[in-house]
Order: sequence, then structure tokens, then C-alpha cells
Amino acid sequence: MSFPLLTATAALPAIGAIATAAVPAARRTAAKWLALLVSLATLALAIIVLVRFDPDGARYQLTESHAWIADFGVRYELGVDGIGVALLALTALLIPFIILAGWHDADPLETGSKRWRPTQGFFALILAVEAMVIISFEATDVFLFYIFFEAMLIPMYFLIGGFGDRAHAGSDEKAAAQRSYAAVKFLLYNLVGGLIMLAAVIGLYVVAGNFSLQEIAEARANGSLDMATNTERWLFLGFFFAFAVKAPLWPLHTWLPNAMGEATAPVAVLITAVVDKVGTFAMLRFCLQLFPEASKWATPAILVLAVISIIYGALLAVGQRDIKRLVAYASISHFGFIIMGIFAMTSQGQSGATLYMVNHGISTAALMLVAGFLISRRGSRLIADYGGVQKVAPVLAGTFLIGGLATLSLPGLAPFVSEFLVLVGTFARYPVIGIIATFGIVLAALYTLVLYQRTMTGPVKPEVSAMPDLRARELLVVAPLVVLLIFLGVYPKPVTDIVNPAVKSTMSDVHKKDPKPEVEAAK
Amino acid sequence: MSAVAVHSLWTTAADPISKIDAPKIEYGQLSPTLIILGAAIIGVLVEAFVPRKSRYYAQLFVSVVALCAAFAAVVALASDGYATTKAGIAAMGAIAVDGPALFLQGTILLAGLVGLFTFAERRLDPETHGNRVDSFAAQAASVPGSDSEKAAVKAGFTTTEVFPLLLFAVAGMLIFPAANDLLTLFVALEVFSLPLYLLCALARRKRLMSQEAAVKYFLLGSFASAFTLFGIALLYGYAGSVSYGTIAKVVDGTITTVDPALVDTMGNDALLLIGAAMIVMGLLFKVGAVPFHMWTPDVYQGAPTPVTGFMAAATKVAAFGALLRLLYVVLPGLRWDWRPVMWAVAIVTMLGGAIVAITQTDIKRLLAYSSIAHAGFILAGVIATTPDGVSSVLFYLAAYSFVTIGAFAVVTLVRDAGGEATHLSKWAGLGRRSPLVAAVFAVFLLAFAGIPLTSGFAGKFAVFKAAAEGGAAPLVVVGVISSAIAAFFYIRVIVLMFFSEPRPEGPTVAVPSPLTMTAIGVGVAVTLVLGVAPQYFLDLANQAGVFVR
Repeated sequence: MSFPLLTATAALPAIGAIATAAVPAARRTAAKWLALLVSLATLALAIIVLVRFDPDGARYQLTESHAWIADFGVRYELGVDGIGVALLALTALLIPFIILAGWHDADPLETGSKRWRPTQGFFALILAVEAMVIISFEATDVFLFYIFFEAMLIPMYFLIGGFGDRAHAGSDEKAAAQRSYAAVKFLLYNLVGGLIMLAAVIGLYVVAGNFSLQEIAEARANGSLDMATNTERWLFLGFFFAFAVKAPLWPLHTWLPNAMGEATAPVAVLITAVVDKVGTFAMLRFCLQLFPEASKWATPAILVLAVISIIYGALLAVGQRDIKRLVAYASISHFGFIIMGIFAMTSQGQSGATLYMVNHGISTAALMLVAGFLISRRGSRLIADYGGVQKVAPVLAGTFLIGGLATLSLPGLAPFVSEFLVLVGTFARYPVIGIIATFGIVLAALYTLVLYQRTMTGPVKPEVSAMPDLRARELLVVAPLVVLLIFLGVYPKPVTDIVNPAVKSTMSDVHKKDPKPEVEAAK
Repeated sequence: MSAVAVHSLWTTAADPISKIDAPKIEYGQLSPTLIILGAAIIGVLVEAFVPRKSRYYAQLFVSVVALCAAFAAVVALASDGYATTKAGIAAMGAIAVDGPALFLQGTILLAGLVGLFTFAERRLDPETHGNRVDSFAAQAASVPGSDSEKAAVKAGFTTTEVFPLLLFAVAGMLIFPAANDLLTLFVALEVFSLPLYLLCALARRKRLMSQEAAVKYFLLGSFASAFTLFGIALLYGYAGSVSYGTIAKVVDGTITTVDPALVDTMGNDALLLIGAAMIVMGLLFKVGAVPFHMWTPDVYQGAPTPVTGFMAAATKVAAFGALLRLLYVVLPGLRWDWRPVMWAVAIVTMLGGAIVAITQTDIKRLLAYSSIAHAGFILAGVIATTPDGVSSVLFYLAAYSFVTIGAFAVVTLVRDAGGEATHLSKWAGLGRRSPLVAAVFAVFLLAFAGIPLTSGFAGKFAVFKAAAEGGAAPLVVVGVISSAIAAFFYIRVIVLMFFSEPRPEGPTVAVPSPLTMTAIGVGVAVTLVLGVAPQYFLDLANQAGVFVR
């Protein structure tokens, strides 16, 4: 038997999480280094996966399959396709940066009980989330996916509620109350989504008799598993609801600004760049493959919601006074693009959506982490408290600008390629939707540039006049992300090469072919 | 009554006594129950003859040995094939020895053993007058606050009677799900209920509340018993027999001969329906299903916490076992009559328990309402009326009982000057003071909430799957919705423990003896093992899923 590479990529951070949690209270720094090393080792494993993955090979590669709970028809089945591999790599890539950026976020302020170990807990929880996210990208068994899709809420919940921003304006008690509100809101939204999905998962079992994605998709394709139209639609809705909460899609998005606003910047990145990707990924992998007909049936409604997300998220981002909430609403807008790309049902759209997931992860990480560094210096999240930072801290301002420009999809930076692909792919089939969505880009330019202008340019505010520039650790976090943004903006081929064959298979699952431009236009 | 009937009664009575054979008793097959009953009687003798100082150890020894021996007997019977191929009816038709019975008996015995550990805990309360004390009143008969109570406390009395009482309750619970005729069912019901009423009244602290709880439990419980008994009488009138098998045959029409003494009542469907409803009502009372749940919060709150934990776990197991057997063995012919009713009961139980729990401020009451909601989930599996339904309920009961005992054992640890600090506000910031205890309790709460990787999820999935396959998809949807509601209040406790600032005068966490640690440790271990690798236990439940008829 070959080495279970995929299990190892998930097991390593899981074991690392336990080890980190077990580090004695006084050895805080050791816990940090341990977590960082584990995350780097996981990245190394992810790179091995990436190298061993053959884009033109079988659809699911590096597969593992073991009996698990035969009674529920559940097997421990892992396998990655191009989409999964790309997101797996993204996750493994971002976690070391998140850990490094949050290096001091969980240093204990007050002296609690001797056994109270917030630092160890913080890094252990991040690794736990990493393990669960990775296994969700790898699972090809619906039940296995569901278990980790749900279970990852718990460490995420403690990360949001337990480790808030030190730099919150207002009293400590109020901040704690807001934080625990945000954490509970996050958990309840996602738990309700997950429980509704549970009903659909059970329904799927009743219909199909097992949970193997490949088996069910195959049976659907060759007609041996017939679902009544209504059954399929209900099951699709059950799955889609959970993913739409997670993604998040308007009108199920309201937990995201709270969660991202109250969590520390690295945790906010973890939410939006890593955990939320599971939602959009699962739409591609589970909704489209398991319920192709229902997906086509629901497409118009979902596209409308996606466009609302794009415009609504961008409009609200323009109106924000809080930097982190602004980034959160910008993310909602971007998730609208991703979902639109998925359900446009064209290969450009879906390639673009997958690429978008990767690029959005990197660009949001860059923007949000720099914003976090900025906020920790001034002790405020309000845009109005800043001004003229670029004169005091030019490197910080410069990286912030690059992150912002990536967010508004400036040509030459990575997100441009994906946004362009999504828009082209959508336009080919749904021109009106595509045109409306394009306005999202205009609004993105507005909120990003206004944010930059208000915080970084203008006269230097007295409170920021002594602000130090990026330190070595912070630079180490930001520089690689900026390099990646530029590299993938100029040369996205490495990612698209991996993603494209997988998108083709997904397209054939839903029996969709790309429209021939002139024929569709003539109609 | 007609002349023929009178004649028949007369002649029966006039039969020569010599014709009555001695009953044939399969002692081997009944050994688990007999061991426990014997040990309980030894316990009573210990109370009478062993010096006060050594009673505690003697009782603990007897109880542990008895529970272990009985469990070994259950395992031996099961491995001998009595759960599957050799399943049969023993004791002249009174007791069934089959898969569900043995599975539930094993669960009850283990729950009893773990519960016993929490009963025997003597390190939580500070020593009074140099004597170690447990959770039970020094002398049950002394009036709370009176001089005689003070004297009893000063003398270091302890109520070691709790051990034989526990054993009697366990013995009744062992018979309850195995009872194969209605009279045995009723006797078992009383055998386990009476000791529980007593145990509820024995709290060391807050004695008045404890006694009030016991009186409420006793009054409502005896009402429920009376209903059950009346129902049994009506069913006897309908079928002319109290034996499960015979009643089932009369219900589905295989037996049509009419007992001449009951010629007026036999075959009267009104008697069947009312009688069945009344018996089921009594059982629903014991499992704490809405609308027969009123006693649950008060009793759970007032009873000594170790008793609450044991009762919440084991009573539910026994009562659901009896309910399953009644519905699957006696009344399958009535399925179309009872299913709609049980649907309604399951729905209001799930929703009612979950919704009312939101408003609770006392941890024990909260867990009480949570247990009501769980009863609703289990009912969803009962309604499936498939072999899968039976095995899913068996699995759920086993998973649930260990979580419950563990959770209540944690409750006993969090204390302030007035004893256990059960008000939720006192639990604020517990995660900072004692991260380990709070983390363990969080695991139990997550299991109650049915979060994946805990036994609660596996159990919930099993019953919902069985319900969906049995054609009760709407019940699954209601179950999922009430799980979401329930998640809210479990999460609220977690928020309180981890995200709230500790109060300056907050409670302390007592360091328990290995006894309670074992109880909690077993709870955590079972919760995680059944959550991650449930297959072995699902297989056990599957093999045990067939009732002997």
C-alpha cells in the first residue's frame, strides 16, 4: 500500500494541534514555533501532493478508501481533483502566514489561572481548522465531508469568540460582548445551514443507499440512479443552503461582517480566505455533481442572488467606516463573483471561479493582514482615525495599496485574470447578468481607493505620526503574498493548467457545453 | 355477566390443586437480574448487621461486584447466542431474553456502575466534624433544620441505604425492557420507580427542595402507574390475556377463541385502543415525553445530582426499551392507529423540549429540558417501525446515557458555599478558572447538540436515518430544526464558560476522587469513541435489533 499522502496532509496539522495544545503554560514561544513548523511541514506535504498530481490523469488522484461506518454506508474516501488540489495548496500556503501574522495576538494580557493557556489554544485551534478544511477538500464521501464541514465550526467559533482584537475602540466589556455575539452568530448561522444539510444528507442516503461521491455521480450519469425531480430539487436546496451560508451568499451573509470585524485580522483571513472557500468548493463538487438537473433548474435564481451579492456587498463596503468590516463586505461581493462563475455553467466561468477562490484567498490575506498590522499600531478599526500613513510608514502603505489594488482586480495582479474569466464566462450565456456584475468592479475601485486615500494620504494625523513601519516579521508575511499576486497576475498558467481538466469533468457532469458565441447571440 | 361465564369461573376455581405444575425458571438466562436482586438483598442485610463505620465500604464492594458480575452474565448470555439464535422467552412467558433485552440490560448495568461511582463520591463536600460526606442526607428521617438532623450530621451518619436502593432500581430496570407480559411490566415499573422516588428525596443540601421533588415525582409517577395498570386491565379485557404474544395474536386476529368469562369484553376495539393508549401514556411519562414531561425539570433539579444523572440515563433506557417492545411486539397490528399519535408526541417533544430549554437559568433544569428534546429524537427512531429503527434507538440510548451521566457528574464538581452552584450565572468564566473541567463539559454539551465526531451525532444520524427510511421524513425535518434550536442553548453555556469574565465570588471546582473521575472519564471516552468509530457498536445494536415474539 502506498503512503497515504492525503491523510497525512490532514493528520499532520491535527496532530500538531494536539501537540501545540499540550505545550506547558510557561512555554508560549515554543508553542508558536511548533505551530509554525507544523504548518510549514504541512505546506511541504501539500507541495508534494501538487507535484504528484497529474492534471491530465484520472479525475480523482491519490485516492484512499477504507471501510469506516458500514452501517451508514460511509467510507473513508479521499481523493483530489484539480480544484481540490488548488484549494488544498492555497490553504496550506496561507496558514503559515496566518500563524506568523498572529504571532502576538494571543499573548495573555491578564493573569488567569495557571492552567489557562490562551496562546497554546490559539495556535492549536488554527491548526485544527487547517486539518478540517484540508480534509473537506479531499473527501469524496459526502458523509465524511459533512462531518468535517460541521466540526470545523467549533474551533472557528472559539477563535472568533475567544481571541478578539486588542485594538478595539470602546471599553473591554463591550468589546467582549460584541465578540461573543459575533461568535454565536457565526456558529448559529452555520449550524442551522449544516443541520438543514444534514436532513438532505440523510435524504440522499435514503435515495442512493451510499455516500460515495463517485459512485453516486456515476450512477446518476449512466441513469441507474433515478431521482424524482422534486426529490432532487429538495436535496439540492438542502445542500446549497448550507454552502450558501458558508460562502456566504446574500441574504445569508450577515454573520460575516460581524465575525470578520470582531476577530483578529489573521482569524478574519482564516474565515474568509480559507474556511469560506469550503462553501464555494462544495457547490462545485457536490451540488453540481450530485444534482446536475436541479443545479440547472436553480441557476437563474442563484445567479440573481450572486449579482445582488456583488452589488450589495460592494455598495455596503463603500459605506463602511470600519476597515475590517469594509474588507468583509468586499469579500461578500467577491464571493458573489465566485458563485456567479460556478453557476454560469461555462468552462471559463468555472475555471475563473476556481482561480478566483485561490486569488481571492491571497489578495484578501494580503489586504487584511496589512490592515491588521495597521490596526494594531493605532488601536482603532475606524477609517476616520487614520490619515497620511504613507508618509510615516511607506512600506506598510505600499503593501496595503497592492493588496487593495488586487482586491479591485487591477490588470497585472492575480484577481484580474479570474474576474475577467468569470465575467466572460457569464456573459457568454447570461449577458444581462454579466453586464450588471461588471458594475461591481467599478464599485470595488471606489471602496478600495477611497479607503486608501482616507487612511494613507492627506495630512499626517498626530496619532499616527509615530507609527513604525512594517517590522521584519510582518514583512516576511506580506512580501511573499505580494510576489504571488504579481506572479499569478502575469502568469496564471500553473493554476489554470491544474484546474481546467477538473472543470471540464464537472461541466460534463451537468451535461453542459460552452455556448457557441454567435449562435447564442443570434437567439 | 352471563351464566356461562360464571360457570367457567367456578369450574376453574374448583380444579384440583394437584394439577398445578411448579413453574419452570431458566435461572441461567435470568441471572443478570437475579444477581442484582440478590446483591440488593445482601445490601439490606449489610445495613442491618454491619457496623456503621464499615458499611460504606461493604456496600460499595457488594454493589460493584454485583454490577460487574451481572454485566459479565449479560455478555456471557449474548456470546452464547441468546441475543440472536437462542433468543427465547423465559420464566413461563414472563421475561424475554433476546437481543434488545440483553443490549439494554448491558447498557443499564454499565450506566448503573458509572452512576454508582458518582453515588459513592465522598470528596466533594468538605469534611464535617471530621467525617467524609457524600451527596446524600445524613439521616433521611430527620426533619430538615431540626436538632435531630444536626445530631445526625455531627455523629457522621451517612445514608448508605442508597446502594441497595440503587441496586433495586437497576433490577427493576433490567426486567422492564425484558418484560413479556403486562403484569411483569407493571411489577418492574414499580420495582424501579419506588427506589427512585426515595433516592430523589435524599439530597444532603437543599433538602426541602429535594423532598419536594420526590413528592412531585411520586405523586405524578403513581398517577402514571395507575394509568398503566388501568390500561393493563382494559387490554386484559380485550384479549383475555396479559401475555404479549397472545395479545398480539388477538390484535391481528390469529386467535379468535373467546374466553367464556370475558365474552362481553373480548374483541371490543374500544378497550384495546384505550388500554393501549393508557399503557403507552405511562411509558411516555417515564421517558419524559411532552405532554407527560411536567415532572422532569423539578425532579432533575431537586434530586441529588448523582441520582439525577443515573435516573436521566437509566430510566430512559429502560422505559424506551419497554416502549419499543410494547409497540413492536404487542401492538404492531395497531401500527396505523398509534403511529399518527406518536408522530404528534415526537414533534411536540422535540420542539417543546428545545424551545423551553432556551429560557432556563439553572444548569440542571437546562439538562432536564434537553433530555426531553432527546426523548423526542429517540421517539423519531421508535416510529420508524423497522429493524433499523430498533437498532438506532438502542445505539442512541447507549450513547446518550454515558453523555448524561458524565454531564451530571461534572455538575457535581462546580460548587460554592451552598453546595453545587447550579445557577448558570455562576458558571461564567469557568473556562478560565478550570479549563479542563470546562472543556470536558463542553464536549458533553457538543455531544448533546449532536456535533459531528461526538456520539451525539452518530446517534442522531442513526435515528434520523431510520426515521427517513421508515417514511417519516417530516419528522427528520422537525428534528433538524429543533436540533438547531437546541444548539443555541448548549452554545450559550459554552459562551458563558469560555467567553465571559469569571466572577470574583464565583464557584470553585472541587477535585474529585478517582470514582467521579472514572465516571467522567468513561463518559468522555464513550462520547468520542462512539463519535469517531461507531461501527462496532452499531453492529452490536444491529444484531440485537430483533425482538423475540
